Amino acid sequence: MFSLSQEFMQSLAPVLPEAVVLITALLVLLFDLFIEKEGKALLGWLSVAGIAIAAVVTYQSMGLHEDVFSGTFLVDPFSTFFKFVFYIACGLGILVSINYLKVENIHRGEYYALMLFATSGMMLMASAGDLITLYLGLELMALSIYILAGFMRRSNRSNEAAIKYLVLGAFSSGIMLYGMSLVYGLTGTTNLAEILAFLRTADLNNSVVYLAMIMLVVSFGFKVAAVPFHMWVPDVYEGAPTSVTAFMSAGPKVAGFAVLLRVFLYAFEPLHVHSTAILSGLAVLTMAVGNIMALSQTNIKRMLAYSSIAHAGYALVGLAAGGPEGVASVMLYVCIYALMNMGAFGVVIMLRKAGERGEEITDFAGLGKTNKTAALLMLIFMFSLTGIPPTAGFVGKFYIFKSAVQAGLLWLAVAGVLFSAISAFFYLRIIMIMYMNEPKESIELSISPSLALALAISVTAVIVIGIYPADLLNYARASVSGIL
Amino acid sequence: MLELKPDQLGYPLLSFMIFLPVLGAFLLLFIKNASMARWIALGFSVAELVLCIPLLLNFDATIPHMQFGESMPWIAAWNINYRLGVDGISVLFVVLTALLTTISIMVSWSAIQDRVREFMLSLLFLEAAIIGVFVSLDLFLFYIFWEAMLIPMYLLIGIWGGPKRLYAAIKFFLYTLVGSVLMLVAIIAVYFAAGHTFDVLALMNYKFGRTFQMVAFAAFFAAFAVKVPMFPFHTWLPDAHVEAPTAGSIILAGILIKMGAYGFLRFSLPFFPDAAIAWTPAIMTLSVIAIIYGAYMAFAQTDFKKLIAYSSVSHMGFVTLGIFALNSQGLEGGILQMLNHGISTGALFLAVGVIYERTHTRLIADYGGIAARVPVYAAFLLIIIFSSIGLPGTNGFIGEFTILLGAFLHYKPYAVISCLGIILGAGYMLWLYQRVAFGKITNPHNEHLADMNLREVAAALPLVLLVFVIGLYPNSAFGIMHVSVSNLIEHMHAKVESAPAVAQALGTILGK
Repeated sequence: MFSLSQEFMQSLAPVLPEAVVLITALLVLLFDLFIEKEGKALLGWLSVAGIAIAAVVTYQSMGLHEDVFSGTFLVDPFSTFFKFVFYIACGLGILVSINYLKVENIHRGEYYALMLFATSGMMLMASAGDLITLYLGLELMALSIYILAGFMRRSNRSNEAAIKYLVLGAFSSGIMLYGMSLVYGLTGTTNLAEILAFLRTADLNNSVVYLAMIMLVVSFGFKVAAVPFHMWVPDVYEGAPTSVTAFMSAGPKVAGFAVLLRVFLYAFEPLHVHSTAILSGLAVLTMAVGNIMALSQTNIKRMLAYSSIAHAGYALVGLAAGGPEGVASVMLYVCIYALMNMGAFGVVIMLRKAGERGEEITDFAGLGKTNKTAALLMLIFMFSLTGIPPTAGFVGKFYIFKSAVQAGLLWLAVAGVLFSAISAFFYLRIIMIMYMNEPKESIELSISPSLALALAISVTAVIVIGIYPADLLNYARASVSGIL
Repeated sequence: MLELKPDQLGYPLLSFMIFLPVLGAFLLLFIKNASMARWIALGFSVAELVLCIPLLLNFDATIPHMQFGESMPWIAAWNINYRLGVDGISVLFVVLTALLTTISIMVSWSAIQDRVREFMLSLLFLEAAIIGVFVSLDLFLFYIFWEAMLIPMYLLIGIWGGPKRLYAAIKFFLYTLVGSVLMLVAIIAVYFAAGHTFDVLALMNYKFGRTFQMVAFAAFFAAFAVKVPMFPFHTWLPDAHVEAPTAGSIILAGILIKMGAYGFLRFSLPFFPDAAIAWTPAIMTLSVIAIIYGAYMAFAQTDFKKLIAYSSVSHMGFVTLGIFALNSQGLEGGILQMLNHGISTGALFLAVGVIYERTHTRLIADYGGIAARVPVYAAFLLIIIFSSIGLPGTNGFIGEFTILLGAFLHYKPYAVISCLGIILGAGYMLWLYQRVAFGKITNPHNEHLADMNLREVAAALPLVLLVFVIGLYPNSAFGIMHVSVSNLIEHMHAKVESAPAVAQALGTILGK
C-alpha cells in the first residue's frame, strides 16, 4: 500500500506546479469565508505566494522531459518556459489588481481564485500532449476569464464584455471541437505525437486535413485575437475590469500561442509548408488591422486592445516562419510582450481612482509634470511596445523579423517593420499627451505597494532584457527542444 | 584590409566616452535643483570633451585601421559583439559631437527654464547615443544607438520646442523610423548572406552578389537619405529645425544629419560598392537638385530658422555630391564639408538662439539694423555667414572647393550646375545678413537689444576659431582622414575588380 502510494506520488511529481496553483486557489476560496472585507488583500498576497512556490517547483524540475498520464500531459522545456511566462502574467496580474479591486469596490476572494484557476488552465494548455487535454485546459482558462470579465456585476459595460466574450468564446470552442473531431476521424487519435507520426506517412492530398487545420486556425486565432477573429477584443477589453484586461492581454494570449506552436509546428509539422501561406496572411492582416485601428482610439483600453491585436500579428510572423528559430522567436516575443503590456496596464490602473475612470487618453495630459515617475514608466513601456532600442520590445521584434528573413519570408519582415513604424504614431501620442500637454487638473494617483512592486518588476525586466537579452534568448532557444 | 587595433591606452576610452554621459544622466535623476542640474550636465559634457584629448593625441593618422578597438561578446547566440573602434573618418565626428553638446548645454543655460533636469538628461543621453553611432563596429550595436537616439531627440523637440512642436516631433520620428526599419531588415539580410555576422569589418571584406547589393543598398539608402536628408526625403527637416529648441537645432543640424552621410561612408560604400556605382548617377542628380532646390527655397523664407534649415538641405547636397563622386577629392571634401556644416550651421542656430532669447521672434522682418546695437553679435553672425557661403579663408571654401573638384573629375555638368548653388547661397545668406544687421532699426523693440554676454561668447568662440583653423590650415582635418579615405577608395576598387565590367566603370569614374 505504501509503495503504491509512493509510486502514485512519483507519477504526480510532474504535475506538482499545477497542483500547487490549484491548491492555492482552493485555499483562497476557503480563507475567503473567514476574512473580512477590509482584509481581502491578504488573499492577493497568498495567491502571489502560491505562484511563487509554483515557480520554485517548476524551476527545480526545469530539465525534466517526460510525458505522464499516457502521453496526455507533457513536461518538457517548452511547456516549462511558458509556465514561467504564465507565472509572470498571473503574478503581475494579481499585484496590479489588489488596490484596483478596492477602488472599484469589487474586492472579493473569488477574484484571486479565478485568476489561479485560469492560470492552471493555461499551464495545462502548454503541457497538453493530447487534443483533449488541450481542450480541457483551454476551457478551464476560458470559463474563469468569462467570469472575471463580468466581475463588476453592477456595471453594464462589464456585463456586456462577459456576455460577448462568452458567446463568441463558446462559438469558437465549437469550431475547435469540430476541427478536433475531424482530426480524430482522419488519424484515429487525439494524441499529438501520434498525429505527427500519422501525418508524416499519410497522403496529405486530402482536403479534410486542410479543413481541420483551418478550423483549428480559426479557433486558436480567436484566442490570440488574430484578425479577422478579433471582433470581441475591443469591447471585452474596454468593458472588463482593467486588471482583468491586463491579465487577459498577457495570459490567455500567450497560452494561445503555446498551443498554436505545439499544434501547428509539432503535430501538424508536415503541413507547415501549406499552412505558412495561411499564417502569413493572418499575420499581415492582424498587424494591419491592429495598428491601423489603434490610430484612431481615444480610450486607452481600446487602444491597448488594438495594440494587443497588432502584437499577436508580430508573433504570428514568427509562427509563419516556423523552424526552431521561429518557435524560439515567438517564445521570446510573448514573454517580453507579457512584461511590457502588464507594465503599461499597470500605469493605466494607477490613474483609476474613485470617481475618476482615468481611461481616456486625455486623462494622461500633463502626467509628465504632475507625476514624473508614472510618466517615465509609461514612456519606457510605450517605447518598448513600439520596439525602439534599448528596450526589450526591440529585442523581441528583432528576433521575430530575423527568423522571418531566415525562413525566406523577407516580404513579411518588411511588412512587419513598416506596421511597427506605424504603431509609433499611437504609442508616441500617449507620450506626447503626457509630456507635451498641460495637465487639466491635479491628478492624484492611486499608488499601492503591490502596484509599485509590479511596475518595478516589469520596468526592470524591460530595460534589462533590452540591454542584455543573451540569457533569456539562450533559455528560449534551449526550450525549443521540447517540440522539435 | 582593415583591422581592429586593440586599445592603445590601457583603458577602454571609447566605452568611457559612451558611458560617461549616461552616468551623468543617471546622476541627474537624483538632482532636484535646476541650477545644479545645469552645472552637472556642463561638467559631464566638458569631461567628455576632455576625453577627446587622449583620443586625438593617441590617434595614429598614418594607418587606416580601426583604433582604440574594444571587442566583447554580447549576445553570443546571434554572434553579436560589443565592438568599438574609430578610424580617421569617425574620430572627427566624435570630437564634433562632444564639442557641440557642450555648446548646446551652454546656450540652453537661460533659454530653458522649464524642466531643466529632464532637458539636460535628454541632451546627455543624446550625446551618448550619437557617440555610440560613430564608434560602433557591429551592425546590431550600431542600430541600437541609431534608433535609441530618436528617443531623446523626439523629447527635445516635443517638450521644449516651439508652437508647432508636436507636429514637428512626430514627423521627425516617423520619417526617420520608417527609413530605419527598412535598413533593419537589410541588416538582417546582410547577416544571413554573409554567414551570420554583424561584424562591420568582416562585412566590408565580404563580396555580396550584385542583385543583393542593389536591394540592400536601397534599404540602407532609405535610412541614410532620410537622415541626411536628401531631396525628396527632406520635408521633416524644416519643421524639426524650426520647432526644436536652440540646443536641439544645433545638435540636429550639427551632428544628427551627418549620421546619414556617415552611414554612406561607413556601410553603403564598402559593403555594396557595385550597387553604389550603379546608383551614383541617381544620387548625384538628387544631390544637385537638393543644392539648387534648397537654395531656392531659402530665398523665399521669412523665418530665420527656416532659412537656415533649407540652407542645410542645400549644403548637405554638396556633401552627398562629394561622397558619391567616389574619388579622393570628392570624399575628403564631403567629409570636411560635413564638419564645416556642423560648425557653421551649429553656429548659425546658436546665433538665432541668442537673438531669439531676447526678442522672441524668428521673423527676419522683425529685425533690421541691429548691428548698431549689438556689434559683437553682428560680427559673429558675419563670420559664420562667410563660413557658410564659403568665402576663401574660411572652412566652407575649402570644403566646397574640394567637393566641386571631385565632382568635376567625376562628371563635369554636376559640378557646373552645383556652382550655381554656391552663388545662390551667397545671395540668400548675404541678403539675410543685410536684412537683419544693416540699415536703420526698423523695429522699436530692438532699440535696447543687449549684446552677447560672456557665456554666449564663450560658447561661440570655439566655433569661430574652428572656422579659421580649418579655413587657413585645412590639413588639420584632411591629415586625420586622408589615409582612411584612400583606404576606402582602394577597398572599393579591390572589391569590384572581380567583376570586369564594373571595374571598368569604376576605372572611368576614378579617371584611370
